[in-house]
Amino acid sequence: MALDGSLERLRREGHIVVVGASLAGLRAAETLRTEGFTGALTLIGDEPYGPYDRPPLSKQVLLGRVPPDHTDLPRHCAIDARWRLGVAASGLDLAAKRVALADGTSVEYDRLLIATGVRSRPWPNELEACLDGVFVLRTRDDAARLDHRLKAGPSRVLVIGAGFTGSEIASVCRERDLPVTVAERGATPLVGALGSVIGEVAARLQHQHGVDLRCGVMVTGLEGDSAGRLRRAHFSDGGTVEAEVAVVALGATRNTEWLAGSGLAAGPRGIACDAGCRAFDIRGIVADDVFVAGDVARSPHPLFGYQFLSLEHWGNAVAQAEVAAHNMISPGERRRPHLWTPYFWSAQFGVNIKSVGVPNMADHILISQGSLDEPRFTAAYGYQGRVIAAVSFDQAKWLEFYQRQIEQAAPFPLPFTTVDRRPEGMRPVPAGFPDPSVPTHGPEVTVSGHSPTDQRVTFTPA
Amino acid sequence: MRVVVDLNRCQGYAQCAFLAPDVFAMHGEEALLYDAQPDDIRRVDVLRAVAACPVRAITVEGAGGKWTADRVGVPHGA
Repeated sequence: MALDGSLERLRREGHIVVVGASLAGLRAAETLRTEGFTGALTLIGDEPYGPYDRPPLSKQVLLGRVPPDHTDLPRHCAIDARWRLGVAASGLDLAAKRVALADGTSVEYDRLLIATGVRSRPWPNELEACLDGVFVLRTRDDAARLDHRLKAGPSRVLVIGAGFTGSEIASVCRERDLPVTVAERGATPLVGALGSVIGEVAARLQHQHGVDLRCGVMVTGLEGDSAGRLRRAHFSDGGTVEAEVAVVALGATRNTEWLAGSGLAAGPRGIACDAGCRAFDIRGIVADDVFVAGDVARSPHPLFGYQFLSLEHWGNAVAQAEVAAHNMISPGERRRPHLWTPYFWSAQFGVNIKSVGVPNMADHILISQGSLDEPRFTAAYGYQGRVIAAVSFDQAKWLEFYQRQIEQAAPFPLPFTTVDRRPEGMRPVPAGFPDPSVPTHGPEVTVSGHSPTDQRVTFTPA
Repeated sequence: MRVVVDLNRCQGYAQCAFLAPDVFAMHGEEALLYDAQPDDIRRVDVLRAVAACPVRAITVEGAGGKWTADRVGVPHGA
């Protein structure tokens, strides 16, 4: 079918600007080229580096096995782009189709892809956050700084927040034989993402590996010495811990501030877009020339009641970037929806944890294979009588099966007996997710309702 | 050379860790650690690992050519 003239011109000689030069931005740029876009392509990134992979930073890099600058992403094809690295986007003028940059310049576009991702949520007390020894972990530079400090053999490391990143950091520290205290506001590690039934297993792993795990407490203050070096932390239960290093692992915050006042439906939960990755404006109307992909996007998903879903997942960034890029240069009838089933992994304390679906939407859980005691098992999560998610500890081979159950809306509890199913696995129990109205350091999946302009989010870590 | 493993796809078969042990290593029973930018002298090992991965989770790019899990059936450049 022939393309109309304007789309044909866009594909041949238009200018596409991608804001965000990480995984989603790179994969989108590659898809544009492989699908025949021959116009000008500009990639803008706030970090001075080309696209690199982040998951290794809290694993092999922090373990000291791989240098921080050894995580560049492979390129699938030559993308022939103009790179504007080390300069952040600072504003967007939708009417003029122009992105303003922090160095005072601007870039005009015919079509724009926003893939600005997330950043670590900093310690909320700015003075305390500036103490020597207080770190976050999101970027290559963060990893290099933290690795350097861990090499020096600090007397104790405090990890604030036991989500996936915090737990992985604690695991690395123990493997480096460093004393670690983990402070978690919830009842168990990983409770926001996986619930307390699995969270108890994560807690046991931490104890077995010698982590000083403190759950149900908040860090109320970080105290420095006269030279501005971190010395100790104070807890809400009145306790203290002496530590030379504190890693703030309180989740991520979305990079949408630069869009304030632009008219796009962008807020703390991300940028709302339709299933075809087109951004909504604040009126709830899709903007034809602005697309969104990756961690910063929130889009409706049919498997989850068409609620807007935000996913801080590697696989989502790849899949959504490919759909967004395809749709940017395709006519309406050839556009595709982004229907990816959420998938993620974590490696900690020698265990490979994998998840499919949206566990934190569930009400009940049952251990369908293996046993929590080993711990080698697969857990199925149910929501209102259907399977909504599954999580495996060292049983990744089974997850594809559960993915199909989720996609087919199979009933929960599972109506069949599975291999290696123990008596205790026949009975669903409450999954034990904390009250979703209480903000935590954050599950990496957020089901955030139906409103494209929801901006009512605040975060109070203490 | 630059390498990335789709760890959503990886199921811990460990073929890569046998074929290119300087690049890929199992960490525990099932988790995989790897160097995303191994030295070019590991190219043949890495391409063998790419070809042997039962779930085709490894993507490689090298200087002067494009290499992906879907395009490399047998080791090239040996």
